[in-house]
Amino acid sequence: MFDVLTSQIMLRALIAAAVTGLAAPTVGTYLVQRRLSLLGDGIGHICVTGVALGLLTGTSPTLSAIVIAVAGALLIELIRSSGKASGDVALALLFYGGIAGGLVLIQMAGNGAYALQGYLFGSITAISWSDVWVSVGLAAVILVLAIALLPQLFAVSNDEDFARTSGLNVRFYNVLISVLAAVSVSVAMRTVGLLLVSALMIIPVATSQQFARSFRVTMFAAMGAGTIAALTGVSATAFMDAPPGPMIVLVALAGFALTAPVGVLVQRRRKARIPFAADVLPGELEENPVEEPHGHDHGPGCGHLAVEHGDHIDYIHDGHRHAVHGGHYDEH
Amino acid sequence: MTQSPTVVEVTAGAVSLGGRPILRGIDLEVRRGEVVALLGSNGSGKSTLVKAVVGLNPTTSGEIKLFGTPLGDFTRWSRLGYVPQRSTIAQGVPSSVWEVVASGRMSHRRPLMPLRRADRDAIDAAIEQVGLTDRIRHQVSTLSGGQQQRVLIARTLAGRPELLVLDEPNAGVDLASQYDIAETLAARAAEGATILVVLHELGPFEPLIDRAILMRDGRILYDGPPEGVSAGHDHGHHHHPPVRTPIGPRVVAPLDGA
Repeated sequence: MFDVLTSQIMLRALIAAAVTGLAAPTVGTYLVQRRLSLLGDGIGHICVTGVALGLLTGTSPTLSAIVIAVAGALLIELIRSSGKASGDVALALLFYGGIAGGLVLIQMAGNGAYALQGYLFGSITAISWSDVWVSVGLAAVILVLAIALLPQLFAVSNDEDFARTSGLNVRFYNVLISVLAAVSVSVAMRTVGLLLVSALMIIPVATSQQFARSFRVTMFAAMGAGTIAALTGVSATAFMDAPPGPMIVLVALAGFALTAPVGVLVQRRRKARIPFAADVLPGELEENPVEEPHGHDHGPGCGHLAVEHGDHIDYIHDGHRHAVHGGHYDEH
Repeated sequence: MTQSPTVVEVTAGAVSLGGRPILRGIDLEVRRGEVVALLGSNGSGKSTLVKAVVGLNPTTSGEIKLFGTPLGDFTRWSRLGYVPQRSTIAQGVPSSVWEVVASGRMSHRRPLMPLRRADRDAIDAAIEQVGLTDRIRHQVSTLSGGQQQRVLIARTLAGRPELLVLDEPNAGVDLASQYDIAETLAARAAEGATILVVLHELGPFEPLIDRAILMRDGRILYDGPPEGVSAGHDHGHHHHPPVRTPIGPRVVAPLDGA
């Protein structure tokens, strides 16, 4: 059994899996923050066309996948930033076009279904050393950019408007995140396959964000979770007859499922620590322009029923609503 | 006061959103050291105006200058501090109070350069000013609405801006936090900062406001001392006629509309 783990095939698979599991969640953290968890899926769909072009022209499918993925990511970012309601539908059209076009092109390439399967579901045990080094190189590029530019990328993902008024080039950083996602997809394509690419970017983040209190901890813990899932999934295939890509994703999901109950408890405890706003009321206010019969300042916990009214809160007493307003009160 | 240089200058400003005109013929001048309140009802265009002033809403005509520079050529973003009304800071991946406030230093930092001593000091000082030092490592989404608003203000204060533009800092904030926020801003004003603040009503901010601007239907209706706003008994919104139902006041609320 030990021999299996140390064989050349296994070694290559483990290295490729480890770098993918390490790099993919860094980009995934930014995607989850920007509520674009499914972006990786979309790019994966578009990549099918890229792979098909590679097979058709006899060049490296990985290279053509990267080119098409980056082009697709730029197009997605353009559609998204236009902010139109129809953008959502436009993206769907792009994704379906990518996958359908790819399938037709692959049929034209001749070796159709079999070649495609390796890219759709991963073919980590069939990769060469040069494939491994390409993966390592691309993963390194992703890691360096995603971590070195963390302050900027965090600011843009966390609050785009504020980032713009800080003078950051928001469009540049948004495009950078999309391009990094495209490169991650191209790398993970060989490991888990295009259909499951997004899983390796998102599931580790979903697992780590249950416990983390900060963005950085979420990201680094997700990198750890991704690496562990990738290595465990590949190792498991040495002992049982299972495809490595889906195995990695199942292990990652199992990690999430096992930690979820603890995560719920942790979140509940943190929320319970929010103090009642009522523990500090401005009792010692010097000037109080309110005449009788208003004996006290209304505030949270003052004993009167609070009613949200547009953007302020009215308090109900003596059968009417009481609205603090300018220097006086309106009785509604 | 009239000798102070102009910090914000809007000349014949007009803004359209999605093809619909929102603001027309806006002339506005804020001088250094002034604390100006922008009042008006919902939909009067006050938020649209401050977003145009900080460069988030493009103008369809007219000109906006910050510190004497047209907005299109403005590059010294560290002089400006914007506090948005709604923010996405509590969404998505957890982020800590420190991380969000630290992003307020972006206008002072260059990419790939590590955090300097001055950045760390400014971040810590800003968190202390809003009284959240004991929650510095806490997750923002677990804080109350008032505390989240204070995080937004600390993020802006960390940039040590000369001009503060705040969009309804009191919205959804409990009364105690409203007073805390007013106090924090009063301290900044005392140090010479210029403040433009959108408010639904003056409330706890009343003592620090030098000048009030009342907006209605995308135009400026009044510009002068704050006492003048209430003198005409015009708070910028219409009072609803009393509606009495035997069921209870909660049922009345939906009928009020927005």
